[in-house]
Amino acid sequence: MSVQESCPWCGSEVFAGEAFCEACGRSLTEVPAAGHGPSPEAAPAAGACAECGSTAFSEDGYCERCGLLRPGDRDHVETEAGGAAGVTDRGLRHSRNEDAMALAAVGGGVAAVVCDGVSSSPLPQVASQTAADAGLAVLTERLGAGDDPEKATRAALAGAIEAVTALAGSPHDAPACTYVSAYAGPAGVTLGWVGDSRAYWLGREARRRLTTDDSWAAEMVAHGALTEAEARVHPNAHAIVAWLGADAGEVEPHVTTFVPEGPGTLLLCSDGLWNYYPEAADLAAVLPDADPLTAARHLVRLALDAGGRDNITVVVIPLTTQEHAQHE
Amino acid sequence: MSEQPDFSIRIDQNKFLPQGGHEVHAIVTVESAGAPVAATGTGTSAAEVIIIDTSGSMDYPRNKMTSAIKAAQAAVDTLRDGVNFAIVSGSSRATMVYPRAEELIPADAHTRAEAKAALSRLTATGGTAMGAWLTLAGRLFARHPDGIRHAILLTDGKNQHESPEQLDAAVAQAVGRFVCDCRGVGTDWEVAELRKVASALLGSLDMVASPEALEADFRAMTEAAMGKAVADVALRVWTPQYAKLRFVKQVLPSVEDLTGRRADVDERSGDYPLGAWGSESRDYHICVEVPAGEVGREMRAAWVKLMLGDQVVASGNVLAEWTDDEAQSTRINPKVAHYTGQAELAENIQVGLQARKDGDLDTATARLGRAVALAHQSGNEAIASLLGKVVDVDDPATGRVRLRKDVDKADEMSLDTRSTKTVRTRRGEG
Repeated sequence: MSVQESCPWCGSEVFAGEAFCEACGRSLTEVPAAGHGPSPEAAPAAGACAECGSTAFSEDGYCERCGLLRPGDRDHVETEAGGAAGVTDRGLRHSRNEDAMALAAVGGGVAAVVCDGVSSSPLPQVASQTAADAGLAVLTERLGAGDDPEKATRAALAGAIEAVTALAGSPHDAPACTYVSAYAGPAGVTLGWVGDSRAYWLGREARRRLTTDDSWAAEMVAHGALTEAEARVHPNAHAIVAWLGADAGEVEPHVTTFVPEGPGTLLLCSDGLWNYYPEAADLAAVLPDADPLTAARHLVRLALDAGGRDNITVVVIPLTTQEHAQHE
Repeated sequence: MSEQPDFSIRIDQNKFLPQGGHEVHAIVTVESAGAPVAATGTGTSAAEVIIIDTSGSMDYPRNKMTSAIKAAQAAVDTLRDGVNFAIVSGSSRATMVYPRAEELIPADAHTRAEAKAALSRLTATGGTAMGAWLTLAGRLFARHPDGIRHAILLTDGKNQHESPEQLDAAVAQAVGRFVCDCRGVGTDWEVAELRKVASALLGSLDMVASPEALEADFRAMTEAAMGKAVADVALRVWTPQYAKLRFVKQVLPSVEDLTGRRADVDERSGDYPLGAWGSESRDYHICVEVPAGEVGREMRAAWVKLMLGDQVVASGNVLAEWTDDEAQSTRINPKVAHYTGQAELAENIQVGLQARKDGDLDTATARLGRAVALAHQSGNEAIASLLGKVVDVDDPATGRVRLRKDVDKADEMSLDTRSTKTVRTRRGEG
């Protein structure tokens, strides 16, 4: 587990090696000007309302003059840790970013979580952030304590489920989200997921999707009722059949470990990206040969250019041959 | 002051609007729970005035007067100790029955017995001037401005001994000073006239067709009044700059348009008085017109707060978010649809009955037919059964009906009176 530090802007806890604070989104490599003390209120977006120019906002973020929702602190967030990078973006068609991600260097590898809030649930943006934070906290703690990666992944999922379930006032008022986690360590890549956020392996030689969606579309395809292409354009294509939340019932998390055959990129993403690039080959074709942050930004940009209909989250984890060769 | 009940606000709506869309609808459910039990005698201070019509017609038939006396006596028995009360008799003018002086008197075993004895000596003579009755009640409540202030007004006739303007002026004077439940007995009173009084004074309106039923009704009304825990609750609605609040309507337990009752608080907020509350739940339909926003934007179209004096005891957001996803923007919230139907039901009954009186039988058939279909669809069995006494229903689903020739006046008035009573969505539809 890394040494903990605090963000010079807002005072939130951050992990050593991170470039940006996950709470306020500001750079951790820059130092605030004198007089700028840690204050959670002073988010970068705090300023004038984009619509009417008023500077008065209510606690829940609506302009007190024209009612417009203030741009959120999570509209565009970039994170780096352990040689990996993540970018999450509101997209062009949604009023807020309901995706969340969390990333940390741990135990000689890197751990990451991507969650996508279920839009039809209350406070989806809170569900996703809660799940990502809780999942990563348990994952890093268990891995740091020497747990087996699959065991740690299951514990992290259980922790995320518990945290999101606790948000609900009642089963009829239950915030919900998807979840996918990855731990890329010396022995391979361990994944855990519920819902339709995905992981892909984009290797030099081979490329493939590593997760299966808990979705209506995937079930139809699995039963042979629809082809992949038919399912994708069906009105129910985005209906998920498993999620994290108080109304989820019994959830069976998927956990799997995968040993890469050579160097390549492990990619985690929400459907804001894979809607436009569903196949591993599509993603491999557009993945630039660049550092992880540049690569993640590029993929987000492509999704925005393609329409940006949903929130977009991309985490890029490069895996080199040497790392694995050493341990094989 | 007693403990306040726990208030909550729930908003039901589809916040998604299509590109260019600017009309936002929402159902606001206000619920209170945990109000103190009235019978403890230590509840909120309360004042009660019972107004009994003693015009000459109350003697024809004689059982109207005797039943009204019994009913008022039952109401007096229901008053808990310490409640300040008075009995007023109404004819061409208003007279104190009990106490003799123009004041309220605290209820105890002795005053209750005296009041009942005074009631038993009432005789029927003179005319009907409800404005004068309300004015006296207003003066009685004036010395008890805090706490629950509730009146019951019973009449059997039209307001013949005052001009409509005099009645309107008296009602306007009474607004906000007390809540008044109104009851008509027999079939010689005017539904629209009494509805105006009950509605302005935030009270219920009902018809008691048989005098014998008055006693139970008076007891129930008084019990309900004793069950109120807080007086003068208001719904404060904030709307953004350039938005227009199209309407605020109570839609459960009955349809009541509150739009015109707004008291401006500041540039963007106004208060709508909701009267006194016990442990109960009421629904309101709010419609706001907002400037159309860009796809992807979200705004607060209304900020709804429940006010107890200056204190916000619950709040909720009515939102608008523009989307180019038609599946989202075309979905109609089932509660909004349901209550839109209930309001339409009430309007069709009132217009249909008026057309029938005016001899416009085509309009009457069409409107009452539509009402039958709406009552059928929404599961409002009580209204459906009352409609069945005024029209012969060939097909409830489509609303094909024929006007009945021999309609009992009481049935027609009862339908008119209860036309605004609504039901909540059936389970599984909401």
